[in-house]
Amino acid sequence: MKDMMPNFNLVQPSDVESAANILAEAGENGWAMAGGQDSLDWFKDRIKRPTTVVDLSGIEALTGIREMADGGVEIGAMTTLTDVENNAVIKEKFGLLASAEARVASPQIRNKGTLGGNISQDARCWYYRSGIDCYRAGGTTCYADTPEGMNREHCLFGASRCVAVSPSDTAIALTSLDASMVIQNSSGETVVAAADYFIGPAIDIENMTILKPGDILTAIRIPATWAGADFYFEKIADRNTWDFALVNIATAMKMNGNIIEDIRITCGAVECVPKRLNVVEDIVRGSERNEDTANLGAGAAARGAVPLNYNHFKIPLMENLVRKALRG
Amino acid sequence: MAEKLMGKNFTPQDVRAKVTGTGKYTEDFRVDGMCYVKMLNCPMPSANVTIVDTSEALAMDGVLGILTSDDVPPNPAPGFPILSNEPRQLGQPILAIAAETESIAAEALEKVKLTYEAQPFSLDPLQSLYPGGPDALTEGNFVKSRSESPVSHKWSARDFAVAGEENMPMGEPGMEWNVGDVDAAFTDAAYVIDESFVVASSTHQALEPRSTLSYWENGKCFIYGSSQSQSWMMPGLASMMQVPLSDIVYIAEFCGGGFGAKASPYPTMGIPAYMSKKINRPCMLRITRAEEYHIGGSRPGFQGQLKVGFDKAGKVTAIDCYIVQSNGPNNGSGDYSAAAGALALVYTPTNMRFRGMPVFTNKPYIISQRGPGQNQIACIMEPFMDRAAKQLGIDRIMIREINAPDHDVVFSNRKSTVTSSYLRDALIMGSEKFNWKEKIKLSGKRNGTKVIGIGVGQAYHSAGSNGFDGLVTIRPDGKLYIHSGVGNLGTYSYASASRIAAETLGCSWENTVIERGDSRRGLPWVLAQFGSNTTFTTTRTNFAAANAAKDKLKEIAAMDLGGTAEDYEVDNETVFLKSDPAKVMTFAQAATRAIELGGVYDGHEYPDDLHDVTKAAMAHVQGVGLVGVSKDKMPKEGSVPALATGYAMIEVDTETGKYEILEYTSTVDCGTVMHPQSLDQQIRGGGVMGMGMASTDRMVYDPQNGLCATVGLYQTKAPSILDVPSTMDVGAVDKPDPQSPAGVKGVGEPVMGCAAAAILSAIADATGTNFNRTPVDPDMIVNAMAGRPQSYKPLQVNI
Repeated sequence: MKDMMPNFNLVQPSDVESAANILAEAGENGWAMAGGQDSLDWFKDRIKRPTTVVDLSGIEALTGIREMADGGVEIGAMTTLTDVENNAVIKEKFGLLASAEARVASPQIRNKGTLGGNISQDARCWYYRSGIDCYRAGGTTCYADTPEGMNREHCLFGASRCVAVSPSDTAIALTSLDASMVIQNSSGETVVAAADYFIGPAIDIENMTILKPGDILTAIRIPATWAGADFYFEKIADRNTWDFALVNIATAMKMNGNIIEDIRITCGAVECVPKRLNVVEDIVRGSERNEDTANLGAGAAARGAVPLNYNHFKIPLMENLVRKALRG
Repeated sequence: MAEKLMGKNFTPQDVRAKVTGTGKYTEDFRVDGMCYVKMLNCPMPSANVTIVDTSEALAMDGVLGILTSDDVPPNPAPGFPILSNEPRQLGQPILAIAAETESIAAEALEKVKLTYEAQPFSLDPLQSLYPGGPDALTEGNFVKSRSESPVSHKWSARDFAVAGEENMPMGEPGMEWNVGDVDAAFTDAAYVIDESFVVASSTHQALEPRSTLSYWENGKCFIYGSSQSQSWMMPGLASMMQVPLSDIVYIAEFCGGGFGAKASPYPTMGIPAYMSKKINRPCMLRITRAEEYHIGGSRPGFQGQLKVGFDKAGKVTAIDCYIVQSNGPNNGSGDYSAAAGALALVYTPTNMRFRGMPVFTNKPYIISQRGPGQNQIACIMEPFMDRAAKQLGIDRIMIREINAPDHDVVFSNRKSTVTSSYLRDALIMGSEKFNWKEKIKLSGKRNGTKVIGIGVGQAYHSAGSNGFDGLVTIRPDGKLYIHSGVGNLGTYSYASASRIAAETLGCSWENTVIERGDSRRGLPWVLAQFGSNTTFTTTRTNFAAANAAKDKLKEIAAMDLGGTAEDYEVDNETVFLKSDPAKVMTFAQAATRAIELGGVYDGHEYPDDLHDVTKAAMAHVQGVGLVGVSKDKMPKEGSVPALATGYAMIEVDTETGKYEILEYTSTVDCGTVMHPQSLDQQIRGGGVMGMGMASTDRMVYDPQNGLCATVGLYQTKAPSILDVPSTMDVGAVDKPDPQSPAGVKGVGEPVMGCAAAAILSAIADATGTNFNRTPVDPDMIVNAMAGRPQSYKPLQVNI
């Protein structure tokens, strides 16, 4: 049954400590809800059935964008995607993130959805979302990775029983910006790099992030490292709004004249986590930014890809996006 | 005709309510004592269900009752029953529970214990036709006619082996017709294309799910529904509820879209109605978005082979078309046959053979969708026309003009004729508006990785009927009341087609009231609001009713003021003596006199040739004033062709498979333009729907488990505002159809098909690839541009 939300206890704390304590008490039955754009779907479809939902929207400390002493920024996890997109500092220093925000879902969803929620949303595999007993749902099979599975949107890399992909547009931008995530729970605060925040099925098949029950993502920190760099973001989706990426790409480049001095390239929707293209970065670092370099990098972009029945188009698409990004 | 109203813009009466949110759709109604009903829907494509134990559910506080297939009339295969223990499609309702709240009903459903015995299922008609392939129904996969029972119809393995993977196997068809000598014509043809194709199924995606509220009062069954039609619903609802027509009260003032899927009564309407009868409480059944995708019907997909021969001048000399239609588990619609009719009319082939084979599947039940059949085949045939034009060195517009039908066209095996045809005029007008001669020079022009594609498309639909009833009343308040039985699917044609009555009676629009949306308002029998027929059909009925009222006005004036009826004229809300306009009666005076006179004047007597629905409606208008009621007995001969053309310029990014529609123009033959603003919106709205049909509109099924991937708006991917051009140039030939008193024809259907065809034509032009299918998604373009094989087989469906 879909579109019929069951009852649960709704708690609306005003500070992080209270929220963390309530979630700790609720344990596996607790649910931290950010903008609700993912959570409410799960509830309405009666698939995820927490008994205690902690609505984080009343916690003022979780919103806002603060400049840090090192020239970076700290973004409260509950800051809406619209607010991040329109923030002057983000636009000036980290335009890559602003570009990514602008392509998330639709304006209505961006007005309610939060940056923390966007990077922590669950897999969008339609089999998983339909509520069947796949690996990710605690079952013993993957319906998408079968000889007849409908897997056009699924992964090229990193399959490990599950073949879902990272659906977030902002996650790839944050990965390319070397961002880190601040996590709080009843025991205290930890900070993890983006590369460690997102996890694949080989590590934990039921979770897309390192967040455990009781954890609250409080902020995203972007260091000054890539401030003002040369950025490129592109998202290819069937539709130009309210759609998930078929493949997306976020690059940050430090240029010295026309030489690529340093670079980050991250692709989304090709693996369960944002896929850093370290090999391509190594190939093009120190090279002139031109068509030859773009072609060289593009040729290595999808190396190692293991396509499924319906998604091998992602190989040329990924290559082409890398080419476009490097071409500039 | 003075034409004070026809051809002018106006604001239909329900617009303000829609814009301000005060319009009441089914879910907005509340009735004292109302409870809620929720359905248990089949979680698999085909199953035999045993209801084991409902006691725990029924024991819950707030649960009021259960409805199972035992409580509703049966509807043997291939009918679609209200509830069934043998569901043959995903999401088919098995039972329903009523409770004080939806939340309780949902919880109770989870406590019902059932067993599902999964049955073999079929999602691909070709798979079902293969020897040993699964039949969707226990009884078979095919029915020859609606009066017969289903049988298992298989082709030979040799049929499949001979065809190979690229071409359609063509076993024994369910339907076949021939005109001329097709084989000889192909032998003589200068150019022949012969290829297989696929047109995907698609759901209707109405914004408003089909919720129903029902209760019983004084023996009458009240039903509030979301439907395109009004009076058309009455006999079907009476039959469904097994009560006399006069015991049905149907309320449907607003409809949030239907696109064909809400034209007639649908099975779930019976759930709250029978539940209400059983538990004696008003019952509201709210349909969810996901449920709507399962029970809301869908357009049938096609798998086919199309062979077209041209002479060196570009004339289509032969068409040989074989269509396998993917029905759901029900009778489906005649799309495949309508597609053949469209080929025969739009391209006027001198020789044609058509074979059709509708096959049951366990996909959502089939019902006509905007341009049923005609729009599907336009998506395939129009790119074929482009290929012939290029091969034969003929301009792509010119080859269409060469083949366009004239007024005297005789087409198909039925030797059908048309009421009028201005397709060629629409092509000339549209290509000039689009500046085709200049635009075509940009075809293939590259800008970095992007390339320009130019496309053109045409589509047709038979859009008019006759023989229905019209009813108007003139009341002592001096106003004209037009009783509209047609319904209001959202196009406002109910209103614009009513204006001919006001025009005929010389009544201002300010003093005209349209009675509609509730059968208690006295609504006459007219055809359903589907197939773009309302404009033609109800303009005629309203004209007939207005003339009946006019005659009575003159008779009453002659009685009271002297002379004969012929001496009088009607205008300016009065009836007056032509030779002495000072001898005059106002509408108010005439209405009062009609009531005094009674009989035929106030509706107590009426013609016997009226339909039973109209006769039942008369009870609501008798004595309210002067009553004009009449059946449309004006002559009508031939199909009423709605014809549309579309022109697109797109820019394809060869690296991403994405394209931008830079420009879109569409021109139509809709007869005389009745309501310019509404016409523009129809062309643009249909254009957007067509752009979705060509590109992203999807219906994806897992063939192994029969699960559906597309049960949300973000999954089916109807085009968004950012996927379509911000402006569209539209126009109409604006030449009258001789068989309409106002010269009008509807055109809502083909404006979608021509747009879809124009986009597909432009994609083929830009990419040089013949996809022979719709939709064409970015992944297909990426693969084509990268020189990679596609991930699907040529005749594969549900991807």
